[in-house]
Amino acid sequence: MSERGRLAVYLPAALALAALLVLAFLRMPGFGGTVHLYRDLAVPAAVRHVTANVVSAVNFDQRALDTLGEESILLGSVVGAAALLRPAQRESERRPRRTGRTLESTGLLGYLLLPVTLIVGFDVVAHGHLTPGGGFQGGVVLATGIHLLYLAGSYRALERLRPVEVFDAGEALGAGMFTVLGLIGVLAGTAFLQNFLPMGSFGSLFSAGTVPVLNALVGVEVACGAVVLLTHFFTEDLTVSVAGREDGGDRDRGDRDGNDRDGNDQGGEEE
Amino acid sequence: MSIYPYCVAAWLMLAGAYGIVRSRNMVHAVVCLSVCQSGTYVLLLAVGYQRGATAPVFGSTTTPNRNVVDPVVQAMTLTDIVVSATVTALLLALAIQVNKRQRTVDPNELVALKG
Repeated sequence: MSERGRLAVYLPAALALAALLVLAFLRMPGFGGTVHLYRDLAVPAAVRHVTANVVSAVNFDQRALDTLGEESILLGSVVGAAALLRPAQRESERRPRRTGRTLESTGLLGYLLLPVTLIVGFDVVAHGHLTPGGGFQGGVVLATGIHLLYLAGSYRALERLRPVEVFDAGEALGAGMFTVLGLIGVLAGTAFLQNFLPMGSFGSLFSAGTVPVLNALVGVEVACGAVVLLTHFFTEDLTVSVAGREDGGDRDRGDRDGNDRDGNDQGGEEE
Repeated sequence: MSIYPYCVAAWLMLAGAYGIVRSRNMVHAVVCLSVCQSGTYVLLLAVGYQRGATAPVFGSTTTPNRNVVDPVVQAMTLTDIVVSATVTALLLALAIQVNKRQRTVDPNELVALKG
């Protein structure tokens, strides 16, 4: 469909949808009101299970099965992206030229912030049941922290810190152990993902039963999943299709300048 | 204007959809989809908001009480963000694959299905 045709379909549809949405909003409870039925149920349930962060209690205790599904979506998307980005038969590894260099300030800041970011990531995961944060947020911080090495140093430095096989296994382990912990809940308690561990005292590190354990498992899975995902995008950028060599300059524009990225052998494995 | 925040959510969704309709680049379309999804975050958080309430996180200084914003919609927003990130990753991988096979990232130039 032409662009004009798409616009002709979009504009009436958008206007109609906007009108319907406004009609629906007018009958919704007003913004900022005091009536929150789910809140009134979720907060006492979290307090019963000694979880200080109610959002974590909802995610990893009351709605833990949904989180298992969410984690499976993450796992599935990493697998899907890996399948889409795998090097084709006719592709070969390209060794990028050493172009440019890293700014000294970028390098210094990167190396200084690398340990800080990793510690913050571990802290966010470990205290997910006490303070704002949790496995998903902390996992992303951890994965980002590792990639500071790429910004500050080189791709080869990143590769040394990041053995992909370990992260592959870590991702699978995180997702698998989540299910195993749920099954232990069936054996020890009454239901899948039942919170069966001792609850501890309110606000202490060892409280809330299985919530911190599930948080840590999700943190492992998200960190490993994000690292594996980014690895596949990096590897894709380092490989080049034989057919695409004549207009290879098109791809080079996408490369980050000012960085001496070294080629790697991941693209060559499939040949 | 007690429905203003809800309208912001609807506007974000429609603006993102407009971007997808007018898109000339698949990466741009993926970013527009993220804008659409941001509308759902705003809607969820607006539904759970209560004036004068605190965050649903208790500690030594804040004893458990019911005068907090709705934690259920916050948890759902977290789920939403994770799903949005995974969808973005998959779509970007698809865009790379399309560029590799068709030598274009303009959706208008993709006319036929090719195996």
